[in-house]
Amino acid sequence: MRASLFITCYNDTLFPETGRAVVRLLERLGVELEFRPEQTCCGQMHANTGFGCEAFAQAKRFVRLYQDSESVVIPSSSCVAMIRDQYAGLFEKYGDEELRKQLASVLPRIFELSEFITDRVGVEDVGAYFPHRVTYHASCHGLRSLHVGERPLRLLGKVRGLDLVPLANLDRCCGFGGTFSIKNSEVSSAMLETKLHDVVSTRAEYCTALDNSCLMHLGGALHRQYAGMQTIHLAGILANTEESATEKKA
Amino acid sequence: MTRAVMDPTIAPPFPVAALTVLRDTQLRKNVAHATDVIQAKRALLVAEKKDWQQLRTAAAAIRAHALANLGSYLEEFEKRCTEAGGVVHWAADAAEARAIILKLLREENATEVIKIKTMTSAEIQLNPALEAAGISVFETDLAELILQLGGDEPSHIVAPALHVNRGQVREIFARRMGLQNLSDDPQVLTAAARTYLRQKFLSVPTAISGANFLVAETGSVAVVESEGNGRMCLTLPRTMITLAGIEKVLPKFKDLEILLQVLARSATGERMNPYTSLWTGVTPGDGPQRFHVVLLDNGRSQILARPKERQTLQCIRCAACLNTCPVYRQTGGHAYGSVYGGPIGAILTPQLMQMEHAQTLPFASSLCGACYAVCPVKINIPEVLIALRAQVVDQERGQPARWFDPMFLGMKAANVIFASARQFRAAQWASRVGLSLFTGKDGWIHRLPGLGARWTVTRDLRGIPEQSFRQWWAARDKEQM
Repeated sequence: MRASLFITCYNDTLFPETGRAVVRLLERLGVELEFRPEQTCCGQMHANTGFGCEAFAQAKRFVRLYQDSESVVIPSSSCVAMIRDQYAGLFEKYGDEELRKQLASVLPRIFELSEFITDRVGVEDVGAYFPHRVTYHASCHGLRSLHVGERPLRLLGKVRGLDLVPLANLDRCCGFGGTFSIKNSEVSSAMLETKLHDVVSTRAEYCTALDNSCLMHLGGALHRQYAGMQTIHLAGILANTEESATEKKA
Repeated sequence: MTRAVMDPTIAPPFPVAALTVLRDTQLRKNVAHATDVIQAKRALLVAEKKDWQQLRTAAAAIRAHALANLGSYLEEFEKRCTEAGGVVHWAADAAEARAIILKLLREENATEVIKIKTMTSAEIQLNPALEAAGISVFETDLAELILQLGGDEPSHIVAPALHVNRGQVREIFARRMGLQNLSDDPQVLTAAARTYLRQKFLSVPTAISGANFLVAETGSVAVVESEGNGRMCLTLPRTMITLAGIEKVLPKFKDLEILLQVLARSATGERMNPYTSLWTGVTPGDGPQRFHVVLLDNGRSQILARPKERQTLQCIRCAACLNTCPVYRQTGGHAYGSVYGGPIGAILTPQLMQMEHAQTLPFASSLCGACYAVCPVKINIPEVLIALRAQVVDQERGQPARWFDPMFLGMKAANVIFASARQFRAAQWASRVGLSLFTGKDGWIHRLPGLGARWTVTRDLRGIPEQSFRQWWAARDKEQM
């Protein structure tokens, strides 16, 4: 099975360890991964801030780049939501028939990471080992746009050694919202504080999610408050095995 | 406490108004508690309906159909209502609606008027206009009465005094009704309001209402409420004036079957609201003998003309989106500077203002989508928010002064960066070098200047790693070759 990895602009720059984990994980599962260095950004930041024609430029770039890919796997539910929910509208407004056809052709081949593993590769037990107390934060786009449902929890449930603690008010936003966290910094911070209360109450060692954007928000506050809890992308947990744990110790 | 500004033409920007509310811990506690209670009730009542999703689909279809044929359904309503003895007036904007209502009240020689809760009257700033004309206004909805006596403003579409707790109600009633030793027992407080209002119901001959629905087929008006105050206003006064937005029309009487079900469950978590009043024109010897309907446009036709934004008008004012919204939970309704707050307010208010005011509201959302998930008429609020953000940005493109706004500049720069991998790599390098100046020994950034300070005010940011993912991949590729 072959797949193209769209790493996303912020994972590429800020969270390269997530990308490395995705590569380790998927190659272990027998996926032949490729990375096209022409990729940049899906356009979500521009689209959600009101810069539609700028977002269109990036959407066009994305759709053309992956025309011949067998699958495109993306370790970020909000970027997948951008592609699934907003590209059609942008192409309606700024694009042509050719581009709309290309979009329709590529859309069914786009997968968020947990979708890719459970639906495309078809496994739930990825052979991971992570002997820690972990809570799962459901990012809004994964929950309400992609409807990933129980997929991430099923994957986590099969990780050896992992103690999964449920998070209260699972469907409540952490307050990140991209440029919302800057434009409405105070409200965003208040929402974050409400979320942190639930997250910290789990007494987990790690908080995980499908999106490093939520985790950057939660993790930034956890670090500021010396909360003693770390954030880790789902890929980071699933990539971890007994062997890699021993290697680290050695 | 200073009175909230609820006129969108002069209200402060959302982030500024929110600051005032965020400091009010009592208000935030009241809002969080009240919305939690309503949400829990709603969740139970929705869960017991196995066909809830089909009901939503049906309700959305009815509303969308009504809007797509609004002109003909409004004319049908006018015809039927007139046949039944009502008088229909058309108001293009708020000023015209106020003038019509004022003229009608003058014809009645009215010096006092009783009101059933109507958000539309707040939209057109009716009360101040009537008071200025020497007409005393008495709100008969309990929550509206609390606000009127307390000199406060509504903060929620369904429960306008949601931000006030009963201790605060006790204080307002004791002070304004001259009642000493009043307890904060809800029954005692309600009884006090009842006694106060009963005199008005019996003595004031003119009433003003809003409308939950207008029925084209029969020319009927429907009002749903929980206290019986609407029923009183529909039986005792001589004259009734109903103010309704033109979008409130439903094609058929039987459409109420669907909409009343989804409305009650979504709004208050009840199977059926306690009082549903329906009236058609004038009935001799029963209820008001003079009946006027003022149909208000006030920007609605322009919303109707935009295909993506049009769905805004499907709203049936249940406020489920407010109750579930994590932003509203923190700020309550006053921060929105309009009688319509929360997610629906964030899309409705700027459009009613024809995008000339309230431009910060479409940005007052993290786009989490909780509102869309609960909306009984399936308004895709995040989609409309994004469409409105684009409208605001398109305005800014034409204003040279805005081009130097850091956010605007940043977005334009990012667009150039994302246009090619080479430029993106250069930007990655530049931001790593730039941010390393602010990165502490622990590898984290604790304080940033400019726009970045709005992040670091409450959160740290991990420093940018030495090696980007694409660099790692390229190095690995080389090794493997």
